[in-house]
Amino acid sequence: MNAFDYRAPRRLDEALALLQEHGPDARVVAGGTALVTMMRQRLVRPACLVSLRDVEGLDRIEATNGAIRLGALVTHRAVEVSPLIRERLPVLAETFRRVGTVRIRHMATVGGALAHADPNQDPPVTLLALDATVEIRRASGRRELPLREFFRDYYETVLEPGELVTAVTVPLLPAASGASFVKFLPRTADDYATVAVAAIVTLEPDGQRCHQARIALGSVGMTPLRARAAEAALVGQRLDEGVLRAAGAAAKTEVDPLSDHRGSAAYKREMVSVMVGRALTQAAAAARQMARGAR
Amino acid sequence: MTRAIRLTVNGTAHDVEVPTYRTLLDCLRCDLGLTGSKEGCGVGVCGACTVLLDGKMISSCIALAVFADGHEVTTVEGLAEDERLHPVQQAFMDAGGFQCGICTPGQVVAAKALLDANPSPSDTEIREWMLGNLCRCTGYYKIIESIRAAAAQPSRP
Repeated sequence: MNAFDYRAPRRLDEALALLQEHGPDARVVAGGTALVTMMRQRLVRPACLVSLRDVEGLDRIEATNGAIRLGALVTHRAVEVSPLIRERLPVLAETFRRVGTVRIRHMATVGGALAHADPNQDPPVTLLALDATVEIRRASGRRELPLREFFRDYYETVLEPGELVTAVTVPLLPAASGASFVKFLPRTADDYATVAVAAIVTLEPDGQRCHQARIALGSVGMTPLRARAAEAALVGQRLDEGVLRAAGAAAKTEVDPLSDHRGSAAYKREMVSVMVGRALTQAAAAARQMARGAR
Repeated sequence: MTRAIRLTVNGTAHDVEVPTYRTLLDCLRCDLGLTGSKEGCGVGVCGACTVLLDGKMISSCIALAVFADGHEVTTVEGLAEDERLHPVQQAFMDAGGFQCGICTPGQVVAAKALLDANPSPSDTEIREWMLGNLCRCTGYYKIIESIRAAAAQPSRP
């Protein structure tokens, strides 16, 4: 690794001032699982590391108005084991539980997983399906952005120099909704997925037809992405096998995977179809159960 | 660029001047002479460098030493008390939970962390927790057996 200045402020405003001062020469570090690994491989050579590790108040999990707010420093492990999240948004706890290994989950943070913008990561996929909102701060202000507008390219987000992610807010599911997260791992349990899918299905009050669906995909494009055509194929339909299969077929036209050691592009496209079908089957079953429970 | 840090390792406070790019693993091995933790893959995958930071197991090869400033680190050297092995270490000895031994410090520290968090894990829970600790001799059955035996010990601290 190259030599760099290391700053570990205790307050958020100090961190933001440092980022403003150092501009593009500074990188933000929290858990370090992504950045330190990239620095060790000499892929990134920052002149200054601004650590958020000692900043107070960024590691809270809070229930807010119809949503759960995760501070940027909340670790993957904290999301996995949070009783609040397990009760109110179990799909989120399950998604984080399946990232890497316990060691990595103890280190990696929610904000870091978003800012790193690796399309192979799991949490952004489920957060995208849940229509989460990202809170971004800079020395001179604050903005909020739907997560769907946050990612731009491989390892690229809309974050400007001087900005950092401070929280993500995740709305709870509406009534008569079910959620699922599935990923295909042909090699090892801690590997990145060949294809990852998160699906949210909301039924009409009658518990039969689909009112709304959100499907997000990981590892099959430059960013985590929404499968809009597949979603459209579900709305207003009874979710029988044929409809779910049609949605899977639509999803594979919306992806642009790369061939690598986790599968060829053609294979990944086919697996998108299969895994979207499986995710929807699970989400629809969960939604039916919720609809029955509510009636 | 260097930084003066104070970290507590296995109960003893150390003041060390480290280059900012020093990994926690290199700090433990080179600055403090604690060579139990090993470097395997160097990218946080294999588990040979597993240590506890404030009681939570992490990969010390992708943690910077400066991350440990003001914090407590536990390494494999800190498990035994005087001449008495930690029950997890004793169980690895008794059940033959190692072959070449290079992954063993990481396996033992990870197993201790598991039993701290979950004193009587199921086999599935053992496998899920330990999946990030690779043994290229593939001695996994004996490792799982060792952890099962350690968990069954009534006097485990």
